Amino acid sequence: MGGRLFKDFSLVAATLSLFLLVGIFAILFSYAQTSMHEFGFDFLVIDQWEADEDDEGGVFGGFIPIIGTLLSTLIAMVIATPLAMGIAIFLTEIAHDKIIKPFSIAIELLAAIPSIIYGMWGLFYFAPIVQSVFGGNGVGLLTAGIVLAIMIIPFMAAITRDSMNTAPDVLKESAYAMGATKFEVIKDVVMPYSKGGIIGSVILALGRALGETMAVAFLIGSVMSIPDKITDPTTSIPVLLANNFAEAQDLELSSMYYLALILFIVSFALITVAKLYFIGKKK
Amino acid sequence: MTKETANPIMEVKDLFFTYPNAPEPTLKGNNLTIYENKITAMIGPSGCGKSTLLRAMNRIHDLYAGCKYEGEINLRNLKNNKMENTLNLKKENQLIGLRQKVGMIFQKPTPFPMSIYDNVAYGLRLKGIKSKSELDGRVEKALKEAAIWKEAKERLNDSAMGLSGGQQQRLCIARSVALKPEVLLFDEPTSALDPISTGAIEELISELKKDVTVVIVTHNMQQASRLSDYTTFMYLGDIIEFGDTEKIFLNPDEKLTEDYITGRFG
Ligand SMILES: Nc1ncnc2c1ncn2[C@@H]1O[C@H](COP(=O)(O)OP(=O)(O)OP(=O)(O)O)[C@@H](O)[C@H]1O
Ligand SMILES: [Mg+2]
Repeated sequence: MGGRLFKDFSLVAATLSLFLLVGIFAILFSYAQTSMHEFGFDFLVIDQWEADEDDEGGVFGGFIPIIGTLLSTLIAMVIATPLAMGIAIFLTEIAHDKIIKPFSIAIELLAAIPSIIYGMWGLFYFAPIVQSVFGGNGVGLLTAGIVLAIMIIPFMAAITRDSMNTAPDVLKESAYAMGATKFEVIKDVVMPYSKGGIIGSVILALGRALGETMAVAFLIGSVMSIPDKITDPTTSIPVLLANNFAEAQDLELSSMYYLALILFIVSFALITVAKLYFIGKKK
Repeated sequence: MTKETANPIMEVKDLFFTYPNAPEPTLKGNNLTIYENKITAMIGPSGCGKSTLLRAMNRIHDLYAGCKYEGEINLRNLKNNKMENTLNLKKENQLIGLRQKVGMIFQKPTPFPMSIYDNVAYGLRLKGIKSKSELDGRVEKALKEAAIWKEAKERLNDSAMGLSGGQQQRLCIARSVALKPEVLLFDEPTSALDPISTGAIEELISELKKDVTVVIVTHNMQQASRLSDYTTFMYLGDIIEFGDTEKIFLNPDEKLTEDYITGRFG
């Protein structure tokens, strides 16, 4: 009885979320039509975002925010992935029992801090540090990337730790019993065993970094210019959308839907690829 | 080889072992001699300390901080025939050396998440063997010794996870045998397997004793009596009796041993 009800409920929920997904896609797509007709695929390479005086038309292209999004995410991932792996390995294989608990709680708390707080902290505290070490004017790609990394590290480390913890003790013991060192056991047994979970955590973190708005809005500089250096300010898709949405109309508004559609497709494609990869691996 | 000529390879002397934070020792002054190229069975009721003693013999306990040993576990150095106390080994590489000489097979098969070939080559590669032809030869030899070559030879590059439980256990034995250990410790190696796989493993263990000394923990009395040359009976952290398997099963000295073997408790 209960099982039946639960099954029906799950089916309804699953169907609904599918409809929602398709619905969102359809809306983005239809609102983006005007811009699509106007710019076509050139939208991807146009590096301007300028409305005409009369607010009716203008030239809008996604090149700069797309580049900004990809680069800030790339910087974040390059910094965060090795650090998160290191933390997870430390917590599962190296740290003494007594420090695992407080450390783990700290990581979970860090993962729960709202992103606007990371943004404010990054702007007032961290941007001056980046400025004094790397030059530039404080806000820009690098600052955004680093703070994004700080934001996703706890999250990535926590999921990676959980999946590393699933490697059974007796599997590790049998590697030790063959004369493996701790490092070899981590490399040859723990990491391969938890590969699925590790890749999953990286993908989820990637998704989060791609779509992050608030923290990046504070830190990336929000200017429509191509960055020459890593410390230069630029903008990103979510930031541009959030900043311009209120006043935009007609062609500009449609272009923003176009931009949102691109972000949607990129995120969705990433997650789908990752999912397919997992399903392929599970067999 | 008759039993009179049997040669000690390992001696446990007055061994006390205490788990981290445990109020009292789990092993309480054990004395036991393991003879070369013989099979020694360890029997006794659940919780009496069989696994604990076995795991002391290759110092696998040391993976968990805070375990305490007292006494001696001596292993004969085959180069000079002197007994050396393995409890004196401190450095990681000394313990690695010990574990390469004293291998261990667990209750559940534990194939590594890699191919069949890589599982068997694993320990050899750790030892620094890189030559493809040497690896190929030793992998094949080990798989043959563990009686799994026939089933595995066509699928050496497939994942070891795809083998059946019994095949996985034989693969784990092959993996250990490849290292040419002096002693192999088995902790209830067949208790997770069906009768046919169990038979195959038992046959394999009897074959192995030509080259290696075997210590096996088992709850299966028939298995102990079929397989072993010597049997030791443990109870509450003590070794109650040790002797020829025949004697232990037919005519034990201790009342406790007899009660356990005849199924009066345990
Ligand atoms: N990691 C541990 N920490 C503390 N006590 C332990 C630990 N492992 C085992 N013990 C205790 O040591 C005693 C002996 O356990 P052991 O596993 O050696 O028994 P066993 O004879 O192998 O039993 P079984 O036949 O059930 O496998 C038991 O009382 C057990 O509770
Ligand atoms: Mg046991």
